[in-house]
Amino acid sequence: MKSLLSIIFGFLVLTTATLAQDRGPDALVKQVTEDVLTIARQDKDIQGGNTRKAMELVETKVLPYFNFQRMTSLAVGREWNKATADQKKRLAEEFKTLLVRTYSNALTSYKNQTVSYKPTKLQSSDTDVLVKTEIIQPGSKPVQLDYALEKQGETWKVYDVIVAGVSLVTNYRETFSQEARNNGVDGLIQMLVNRNKQLETAKK
Amino acid sequence: MKREPEIRIALTVLLAAMVGLTGCATTANNPKDPFEGFNRAMFAVNEGIDAVVKPVAKGYDAAAPLPVKVVIGNFFGNLWDLWTAANNLLQGKGQDAVSDVGRVLVNSTLGIGGAFDVASDMGLSKHSEDFGQTLGRWGVGDGPYFYWPVIGPRTTRDTAGWLVDNFYDPVRRVDNIPLRNSLAGIRLIDTRASLLPSDKVVDEAAFDRYNYIRDAYLQHRRNMIFDGNPPRERFDD
Repeated sequence: MKSLLSIIFGFLVLTTATLAQDRGPDALVKQVTEDVLTIARQDKDIQGGNTRKAMELVETKVLPYFNFQRMTSLAVGREWNKATADQKKRLAEEFKTLLVRTYSNALTSYKNQTVSYKPTKLQSSDTDVLVKTEIIQPGSKPVQLDYALEKQGETWKVYDVIVAGVSLVTNYRETFSQEARNNGVDGLIQMLVNRNKQLETAKK
Repeated sequence: MKREPEIRIALTVLLAAMVGLTGCATTANNPKDPFEGFNRAMFAVNEGIDAVVKPVAKGYDAAAPLPVKVVIGNFFGNLWDLWTAANNLLQGKGQDAVSDVGRVLVNSTLGIGGAFDVASDMGLSKHSEDFGQTLGRWGVGDGPYFYWPVIGPRTTRDTAGWLVDNFYDPVRRVDNIPLRNSLAGIRLIDTRASLLPSDKVVDEAAFDRYNYIRDAYLQHRRNMIFDGNPPRERFDD
């Protein structure tokens, strides 16, 4: 698992171009991945480890294709339903900040990897699909990187990223649901706020 | 026969730990991790050991040029491919087993003793198997989760698998002790170095490193047992 990290850069990988709207989920993943990697490869700041710049790239190119509300509900689990609309919004906002920061760092370590796209079996009636890709890196086993997408109207959005079989979203389930059970939804929000603050000050 | 004492030590450590467990008060709230108290203590022990190993791995990672790292990774990978073949056979995946044997033949000869992964270029892709996965295929469940000193995370099933893997391990069967130790040392550093990128992610992503690693390990193993295509879990909330 050389991987997690490099993998993650793949997370970043979803992106750009509004014209991807009526495109299939596999084409969407490919396009966003290639766009982000092209930029990351050329950007000297990102290559040099500039996390802030990588975060900007992720926010503008990748985020529009993610459904953070859904991601957050999966990470929180059963307690999600107990949250008010306002709490849900704040939870999703904080969770987004955490994921973007964590995974933008991965982008800065992107160097020798290439991405291979697996064929996706898709029927026109499908509304939930897994797009499989692999990160190829010299000297080690390819790392599996899968995206779960859901169709909303005519648009596909990513709601989970799975690295080497590990869902970056549901991996939080135990931790989040435990916190929400013990200290309520507000306790969980506070835990996320604190963590984000801590990472913010540690970095700069 | 030289390997016997090591195996015996490993077994003794595991047995002693298991005996110790019975004395542990169970405070855990995760049904998959009934010995969380013990596991967290061992996790702390490993963090201590890692304080020594990690800087060496970092030094290696920074100093060794990519081609050198690739050669070292290929060499140890080639040693393991034969065992991968055996496990694929045990799991009834004959075609994969044949491909793995082909890899060893090609890489050990054309690939100069395993230094170069020529087989992958020829389309014989590398598989990743061990006896824990074979047991999983045979229907053996995870069992309680453990975090062992030095070895790290293993389910009960994978702990048994790890012991069997060790009997195969060609490095342990090297008779020349300094050579054997050097090989084991290089392999340890190489493995640790390959985990450096994940470290950074876990540091930032995890609220609780212990929890994060446990949950990721369990998902990752499930994925391996199903060769990358596990049945998708539906989360109804």
